[in-house]
Amino acid sequence: MAQPMVKAVQVHKSFGRVKVLSGIDLEVAPREVLCVVGPSGSGKSTFLRCINHLEKIDAGQLFVDGELVGYARRGGKMHELGERAVAEQRKNIGMVFQRFNLFPHMTALENVMEAPVRVRRETRATARERAVKLLDQVGLADRRDMYPAQLSGGQQQRVAIARALAMKPKLMLFDEPTSALDPELVGEVLDVMRSLAADGMTMVVVTHEMGFAREVGDAVAFMDGGVVVESGHPRDVLVNPRHARTAAFLSKVL
Amino acid sequence: MTQVTDTPSVESMPTVRRRRPGRWVAAAVVCVLLAMLVNTFVTNERFQWDVVFDWFTSDRILAGLGRTIQLTVISMLIGIVLGLALAVMRLSGNPLLSGVAWAYIWLFRGTPVFVQLLFWGFISALYPRLSLGVPFGPEFTSFSANALISPFVAAILGLGLNEAAYMAEIARAGILSVDRGQGEAAQALGMTRGLALRRIVLPQAMRVIVPPTGNQAIGMLKTTSLVAVLAYPELLYSAQLIYSANYQTIPLLITASLWYLLITSVLSVGQFFVERHFARGAVMSAGTPGRRGPLRRLAARLPGRRP
Repeated sequence: MAQPMVKAVQVHKSFGRVKVLSGIDLEVAPREVLCVVGPSGSGKSTFLRCINHLEKIDAGQLFVDGELVGYARRGGKMHELGERAVAEQRKNIGMVFQRFNLFPHMTALENVMEAPVRVRRETRATARERAVKLLDQVGLADRRDMYPAQLSGGQQQRVAIARALAMKPKLMLFDEPTSALDPELVGEVLDVMRSLAADGMTMVVVTHEMGFAREVGDAVAFMDGGVVVESGHPRDVLVNPRHARTAAFLSKVL
Repeated sequence: MTQVTDTPSVESMPTVRRRRPGRWVAAAVVCVLLAMLVNTFVTNERFQWDVVFDWFTSDRILAGLGRTIQLTVISMLIGIVLGLALAVMRLSGNPLLSGVAWAYIWLFRGTPVFVQLLFWGFISALYPRLSLGVPFGPEFTSFSANALISPFVAAILGLGLNEAAYMAEIARAGILSVDRGQGEAAQALGMTRGLALRRIVLPQAMRVIVPPTGNQAIGMLKTTSLVAVLAYPELLYSAQLIYSANYQTIPLLITASLWYLLITSVLSVGQFFVERHFARGAVMSAGTPGRRGPLRRLAARLPGRRP
């Protein structure tokens, strides 16, 4: 097997006295789509945010494409990386948020162009050409000069996906990308994600959309109480769960 | 009571706007008061409007006005730049930087600006010579404090450094008003915190920062009149110098006041345009991004414009 795109080894994380992650072990192969499901408060969003170091882990190790995230190993110790080194690592990891977090003072096109121009130092012309293509790809070619406030939730989330893709990431993280959407707008976002998966993007998706997990996911991890209770093929985890906790959760959401 | 059968078809029924007799009474009262005001301005000869306007564009008043504007602009620039730096320091995770910023704000906000101006004016009493060199080591060069800190420099230091303390709190409020997710989204794209602050957070914070900054600028315009204690002839002190010679106290105070009013009006208009610039992407109806300022709203309210 090729080197995993994401590898978590005994990842621990606490907020003050509250233990949120108690030893997460997970692997995501390149071109694989991993869906993380579980009740709220189970630590799945926190785990996702650890992958691009938006949250610092307290113990354990997290690798993206073979590279340790947020730390460097020297002389038997883990040294926390400086801000620039972390920023460098994040360039290759796209993230899509539950509340979109588009930049409200920029048009859709400017949102997508911003990071390539300012972070990757691409010329405006190159960045613009690519941004136009990406907006077209998510079906928003005609909305490129609109501000986020003029777009529907589904459209905003699609711009957010295009914005993340503009950095040419090798891994995409989705933090409940459809949870803030009106029900009729969920489909358009899932469609974009589905075609992204079909193109071979490696994705970690925290979601409540069991249908999507079953259909698009190559693997599903069920988290509860800061641990991965069980993981495997969606058919096994979602249809024939081995653990009572998984079965109990599924009976509530399905 | 009307019978249902009498009513015409529902869609042709006219609506009658609510009567507001209170407004007519208030309007009448305001008109009378206004008339009284105009009357006293015109009939009370002690206003000496001819003297007011004789001096209005005199060289000495205009020179004072120029100095007032210069003081206001330079002090506000120092205040804004230093205030932004202090706000970023206060919000930084570094306890030393944030402590230093807190102490600065505590000191400069906690003492009267008048006293601060006097301190800078009399700095030579405290440090007769100022020198450049290695701390606790050799000096390279030194200056007489009196020569270096002229009344103008003392005024700039006193007003600017004091303003920075207030601007720091205004900028901090602005930065805190921006959703945390904005900084996170920027960092997730590989931006450093500095870049995220400059490109993403500050432009949004400006919507909150600009209105109170306009307020501060207008306040500063008038606070510059305190500089008279340093014998620096800005607008008010110029007027005082003139009336102390010709005893036309009231007309010259009116001359100065009219100029302050005029500049304040200009600043308010400027603020309107700056606010509109930073409203980009916010408060809008489709097709008119951020182009609904106070003037438009006022215009829409004028009588006769109602649909």
